[in-house]
Amino acid sequence: MLTEQAPLAVATPPRTLWSRPGVRMAALAAVVLALVALFLFTDVPGSLLFALKVRGLSVTAMLVVATAVGVSTVVFHTITQNRILTPSIMGFDAFYMLISTIVVFFFGATSFLTLDPLILWGVQVVVMVAFSVLLFTWLFGGKRRSIHLMLLVGIVLGTFFRSFTEWMQRMLDPVAFQVLSDAGFASLTRPDETLLLLTAILVALGCAAAIPLSATLDVLTLGEPAAVGLGVDHRRTVMILFGIVSVMIAASTALVGPVLFFGLIVANLAYAYAGSFRHAWTLPTAVLLGMVCLVGGQLVIERLFAFSATLSTVIEFAGGLFFLYLVLRKGAR
Amino acid sequence: MTAIATSTGVPVQARPRRAWAGALIGVALLVLSVASLFIGVSDVSPLALVTGGPDGRAAFLLIVSRIPRTLALLLVGATLAIAGLIMQMLVRNRFVEPGTTGVSEFATLGMLVTMVLWPGMALLGKMGVAAGFALLGTWVFLRIIRAVPVRQLVLVPLVGIMLGGVVAAVTTFFAYRLDLLQSLGQWAQGSFAGVMQGRYEFLWVAGLMGVIAWIAADRFSVIGLGEEFATNLGLDYRRVVAIGMVIIAVTTAAVLVTAGMIPFLGLVVPNIVSLIIGDNVRRSIPWVAGLGAVFVVACDILARVLRFPYEIPLSVIVGIVGAALFLWLLLRKGSRAH
Repeated sequence: MLTEQAPLAVATPPRTLWSRPGVRMAALAAVVLALVALFLFTDVPGSLLFALKVRGLSVTAMLVVATAVGVSTVVFHTITQNRILTPSIMGFDAFYMLISTIVVFFFGATSFLTLDPLILWGVQVVVMVAFSVLLFTWLFGGKRRSIHLMLLVGIVLGTFFRSFTEWMQRMLDPVAFQVLSDAGFASLTRPDETLLLLTAILVALGCAAAIPLSATLDVLTLGEPAAVGLGVDHRRTVMILFGIVSVMIAASTALVGPVLFFGLIVANLAYAYAGSFRHAWTLPTAVLLGMVCLVGGQLVIERLFAFSATLSTVIEFAGGLFFLYLVLRKGAR
Repeated sequence: MTAIATSTGVPVQARPRRAWAGALIGVALLVLSVASLFIGVSDVSPLALVTGGPDGRAAFLLIVSRIPRTLALLLVGATLAIAGLIMQMLVRNRFVEPGTTGVSEFATLGMLVTMVLWPGMALLGKMGVAAGFALLGTWVFLRIIRAVPVRQLVLVPLVGIMLGGVVAAVTTFFAYRLDLLQSLGQWAQGSFAGVMQGRYEFLWVAGLMGVIAWIAADRFSVIGLGEEFATNLGLDYRRVVAIGMVIIAVTTAAVLVTAGMIPFLGLVVPNIVSLIIGDNVRRSIPWVAGLGAVFVVACDILARVLRFPYEIPLSVIVGIVGAALFLWLLLRKGSRAH
């Protein structure tokens, strides 16, 4: 189902310097560092120390989100053998909004804004991970079923919860609705420090679990029959990987809100840019590209447009258009 | 023609059971429609009609609100189910309908465009724009799906839902920027609470589409067998697909401007009918229409009585029941989706 034929590991040796994955990644890393430096040290309104503290938090949040989204999307593409899906299609955002709506509905908008974010974050992460793990064991545990079927079941359940959420939202007063719809858009500025730390730990654990599997992921790219033939325990590996993906997406969604198409842009750009199909290269490239998008985007919006738009909605919008371009050009493969 | 298109999956003994099921749908339709006329907050009962009721407004309410609402329910149920059936034939996939292919989302985007550019536009114009967008959505989806092998049953709705998500994100982005989110939400969530005389007549256009679908039924049966096959039988494939696209788009738009989005209906009903009598479109269209109407009327009665005197939006009930049925279709033995 992949569009291009993945070149075998024994491809012809790189001819130019630029065609080497290592060189490309170093260049990208340099760009990221430059952007981060620009973001941290330029245009300081008052005390540098205070600005650094606030901006450092923002940059860390961006790094955590870029890592979670980049790694989980690339892994997800490999598991599903399809490059136009995103893990968030599973209805994580439906859960996020459902839980937020329940809080606003039963305890009012003020308590939603004053509620200890730690509790909300914890509840959301636990519910999202529990949902995806349950779904997965239920569908994968007994009979052999396709991954696509599992996704579709996840989506149908997502619709189910979404219609429930909408119904509750219809019964809210406009002010409470406004609070909720603001919560429905991802926000990367001013994250809560404790939550950021917790999310960072979860994402780091996910990465630590995914990195040793990068060679296995390369084999999974060849498709299930080939992978099984080469000695990969397909079901077990896919289950582990899927668990990693759901923890990462759940943590980052609970931190900043739903991000649907951001991963799609980053992952597909990474395949084009990395110069290699090996996950050892594509995974970090996706993360770095995510950083370029987030830090660069935030710079442009803060310094050029002076906050006339929120970064996440712009990224979603651009990501949506990019998706359309992708499928109309290449077909749904 | 029909001989070729009859399904092979129907056992011969199914005949008596079929007559039985048909009678059941007919009786249910009649009973539920009558019940729908007399259920609501105001007292409209046969007795009140004769005596004039407590305030003498029973007959007035019946004509202005209850009869239009019941008619609208029947029309929406029948036409959405037919649109789903036609879509399944065009895409050659059991799991598509306007809601799982991005068509409804495109139509909603059209609604937003009319809200922003021509806020005072008449409903007919709004419906026209929404239908235009729905047509674009159908075209985009068919274009994308060309690349998916027919065997990949479940991938097709996945891609469609993804497409719908993208379009919905674009719509939400603009609606949020322009502070139209809540009013758009009112449009997009299916409910028949506001349906009364003078506010549902566009549904007859959708009804007309259903009739056209019935007239062209055999062509859609053949289309369902694939492009080469249809062309071999001397069918102008592209023209039939175009007719199907118009039927789907206009139906979706008419239902959207009248009652909002109603999920899963066009997917679940044709599948159940197909399990009973097979895939001959000419034979199954009346069944699909009847069962779709029964389904919607039943759900709407539930929506009216569950939290009496308040109403639950119909799409919530349909979403819950439809999601459960859809899951059953996906996971039952022999659905070939595995």
